[in-house]
Amino acid sequence: MVEDRPFLNFLAHAVLILGVVVVAFPVYLALIASTHTAQAFSSGVIPLLPGAEMANNYMTMLGTGMSSSGAPPLGGMMLNSLIMALIISLGKIVISITSAFAIVYFRFPFRNLAFWAIFVTLMLPVEVRIVPTFKVVADLGMLNSYAGLSVPLIASATATFLFRQVFLTIPDEMLEAARIDGAGPMKFFRDILIPLSRTNIAALFVILFIYGWNQYLWPLLITTDDRFYTVVAGIKRMAEVADAVPQWNFVMAAVMLAMLPPVLVVIFMQRLFVKGLTETEK
Amino acid sequence: MATITLENVGKTYPGGAAAVQGINIAIQDGEFLVLVGPSGCGKSTLLRMVAGLETITEGTVRIGDRVVNQVEPADRDIAMVFQNYALYPHMSVRQNLAYGLKNRGTPAAEITRRVDEAADILEIRPYLDRKPRALSGGQRQRVAMGRAIVREPAAFLFDEPLSNLDAKLRVTMRGEIRLLQRRLGTTSIYVTHDQMEAMTLADRLVVLNGGRIEQIGAPLEVYRRPASAFVAAFIGSPAMNLLNATLDNGRLRIGSASLPADVAGSGAVTLGIRPEDLRRTAGRADALHMSVDYVEELGATRLVHGRLEGQKLVCTLSADSTLGDMLALEADAGALHLFDAGTGARIN
Amino acid sequence: MKRTIFGNQLLPWLLLAPQLLITAVFFLWPAGQAIWQSFLREDAFGLKTSFVGLLNYRALFNDGDYVNALGVTLVFSVAVAALSMGLALLFALAVDRMLKTANMYTTLLVWPYAVAPAIAGILWWFIFNPTIGILPYLLDFVGYDWNHSLQSGDAMVLVVIAASWKQVSYNFLFFVAGLQSIPQSLREAAAIDGAGPVKRFFTITFPLLTPTTFFLLVVNVVYTMFDTFGVIDATTQGGPAQSTNILVYKVFKDGFLGLNLGSSAAQSVILMGIVIVLTIIQFRYIERRVQY
Ligand SMILES: Nc1ncnc2c1ncn2[C@@H]1O[C@H](COP(=O)(O)OP(=O)(O)OP(=O)(O)O)[C@@H](O)[C@H]1O
Ligand SMILES: [Mg+2]
Repeated sequence: MVEDRPFLNFLAHAVLILGVVVVAFPVYLALIASTHTAQAFSSGVIPLLPGAEMANNYMTMLGTGMSSSGAPPLGGMMLNSLIMALIISLGKIVISITSAFAIVYFRFPFRNLAFWAIFVTLMLPVEVRIVPTFKVVADLGMLNSYAGLSVPLIASATATFLFRQVFLTIPDEMLEAARIDGAGPMKFFRDILIPLSRTNIAALFVILFIYGWNQYLWPLLITTDDRFYTVVAGIKRMAEVADAVPQWNFVMAAVMLAMLPPVLVVIFMQRLFVKGLTETEK
Repeated sequence: MATITLENVGKTYPGGAAAVQGINIAIQDGEFLVLVGPSGCGKSTLLRMVAGLETITEGTVRIGDRVVNQVEPADRDIAMVFQNYALYPHMSVRQNLAYGLKNRGTPAAEITRRVDEAADILEIRPYLDRKPRALSGGQRQRVAMGRAIVREPAAFLFDEPLSNLDAKLRVTMRGEIRLLQRRLGTTSIYVTHDQMEAMTLADRLVVLNGGRIEQIGAPLEVYRRPASAFVAAFIGSPAMNLLNATLDNGRLRIGSASLPADVAGSGAVTLGIRPEDLRRTAGRADALHMSVDYVEELGATRLVHGRLEGQKLVCTLSADSTLGDMLALEADAGALHLFDAGTGARIN
Repeated sequence: MKRTIFGNQLLPWLLLAPQLLITAVFFLWPAGQAIWQSFLREDAFGLKTSFVGLLNYRALFNDGDYVNALGVTLVFSVAVAALSMGLALLFALAVDRMLKTANMYTTLLVWPYAVAPAIAGILWWFIFNPTIGILPYLLDFVGYDWNHSLQSGDAMVLVVIAASWKQVSYNFLFFVAGLQSIPQSLREAAAIDGAGPVKRFFTITFPLLTPTTFFLLVVNVVYTMFDTFGVIDATTQGGPAQSTNILVYKVFKDGFLGLNLGSSAAQSVILMGIVIVLTIIQFRYIERRVQY
């Protein structure tokens, strides 16, 4: 700091505390709402202090779901979300790191074409090609399946570029030493490149896990069988009903559960999260 | 142990000019050969062709009796030490040393034995379980050497292995490399752009310039009889004085000064005189008169910079000499090097 | 460019195969389909399809709803970018003054990044709920009758707040990184030259943050155009009276609910064009990410 100005320091703290409070406010309300009975909301304005029904509400949601809206138990949906998020994040990492390896460490015909084909995916977010992609997935019989939930989202230019960048910073001599030490391509990949990219892989995993868990439109479209509902997309189905028959306590318990895993990941892996975010810039 | 033979070796990079061409060298078994030359002259290219890291676009390279042009680096039975060491950062020192052996399917007991032996030779045993990042520059250098010697290869290839070290450590490690190579008797090719390192290490020197060999020979031979003006200027410190002169029926004229020469013929030549071959003289009629510009004190000696007939000249004098504005200098006829003014080739 | 490379010819293709296969099947083929579809029109019974050239595009720009969606998207993007970047910069400047507590504040400010847009929407929808929400209750005291399901302005404010709330964290992290990359010596030199904190911000800090700001601007526009689908779908569903019907939401509605494939495809193609332009801007003028 250039100089110590007590007033500016005070102002900075005030701004930050206010910011932290405003940012946390909606979640606080949701948490409070999830600890009351459904009746607590019929009296006009929502309660601001915790009620006594927390354990009950969460148990109900996890175990049996919201009977009135026909929503399945949250436990199963969260498991689906976990499976989807893991396939997406690990799948993206695997196919990106092998692609980057091929592009950086080999020369072959049409290498540029392959690079550009991957690059183009950057310009085709799922929201843009939603109708025809849906049709492809339907034609392939992948509706209502884990593969359908995850595979179409797995291609990743961003992750490929990240690994390419990482590989380019590894000195040429590392490969040369390994070749003299008798390592072939796959051995070099396994013994040298992957260990050297370990923190990048972890940072990317954090970002991609959040990305995968938070998928909304895609699961909403391709799952009609409640065995494959994911929690983020499933909440919409509950909240829609909630407007007519307000069961805010249950909806908010579901909201809390749906955001807990990725939020915990950010809080407990903040260093990796920041690294992943600033490196992939996306 | 093996001989290494380069026959008419050349390299043209894709889309580039020839980096090296027409290289013929026969390296004896157990010899320590140093490739020296200015930056960009093709030293690394040549070494990397021997290692198998660059394709050979022309000529043949033989290690022992085998032509290795198409052989993978791992199968050439060589080991290489890189300028930046290229240690695997995620592996311990022990794993670094063992990696190449493991890839060759060497039995575990044999690996342990060889790693321990190399660690003892290089005195890196205390660091065997550390990661490279926890080592000093000198220690890393030793580990890089260790990785080469555990393999017990037919040849060591060094690409400027000492240039990342500070000056003092460089001198120490230089001695150690020489000692180690003598002790193991392994054929070695060593690349450097430092002529001092080249002189002190080499059994034989190869001076490269612009992708071609200027001279091959023992260090003293190259120092005493440089084959070209380029070699003359490159080898030796302070560098040899090169003066424009005219050969005129047994005399060398530099402006109005003149010296006897033991070469016939006439025409423009380049005259080389090492600063340490110039002495002060009194009363000699054909003395060289140098005007003094400034003096660098080196302790035991001093370097005097000045001009002879308008051309720059440096001479080394003992520190106790008294200096005026003008110095009268002489040199033995045997200390005069004459080069063709156009091609730079030696003519005496 | 690597100096040394492996010589294999088949292996790189095997390594690339999964990525290329997925790209071809789920990205390139559907994108091609969208482009092709955008030139076709089905008759009312879905029996006959005919090639109509640019008719779908021309129809779009004569369609009041589509022009409205363009305007809504613009307002939404600008509002979210301004609000979330403004707050983020404020927080970043404040955190930049902190020594010991910077990390704690950062943790407490960045976690909303992990909340799904749809969930962010639901959280704010709950707060703004006209019957039980706390904010309409408070607004009532100042005489404002909040109802985002009837009033267009209220609906826009709701989605802007929900979308910004989530995005502040991202912008904040990049502003903090940007501030940290400004050499301390520059600000010290300015202080010695007698510039006060406000003057220093406008003459030194902010100009040096320009690359970060520009980069974030592009990222925020992309975010509001494509990633906020969940916010809209969970709260206003484009209403009332299409006042929050952003382009992406309209593509989805026309394609899946309205089943107007030709028009939906033409809208997709226009969106692709927008992403391509944004991506090019990002790579040409900002990116140090790819030097190929
Ligand atoms: N991969 C390459 N492609 C094209 N030209 C190259 C390549 N590598 C080296 N060169 C060129 O070949 C010549 C010799 O390079 P080389 O690396 O062998 O020089 P060097 O003698 O080792 O120099 P230094 O002392 O700087 O290491 C240089 O002109 C260089 O520009
Ligand atoms: Mg070199």
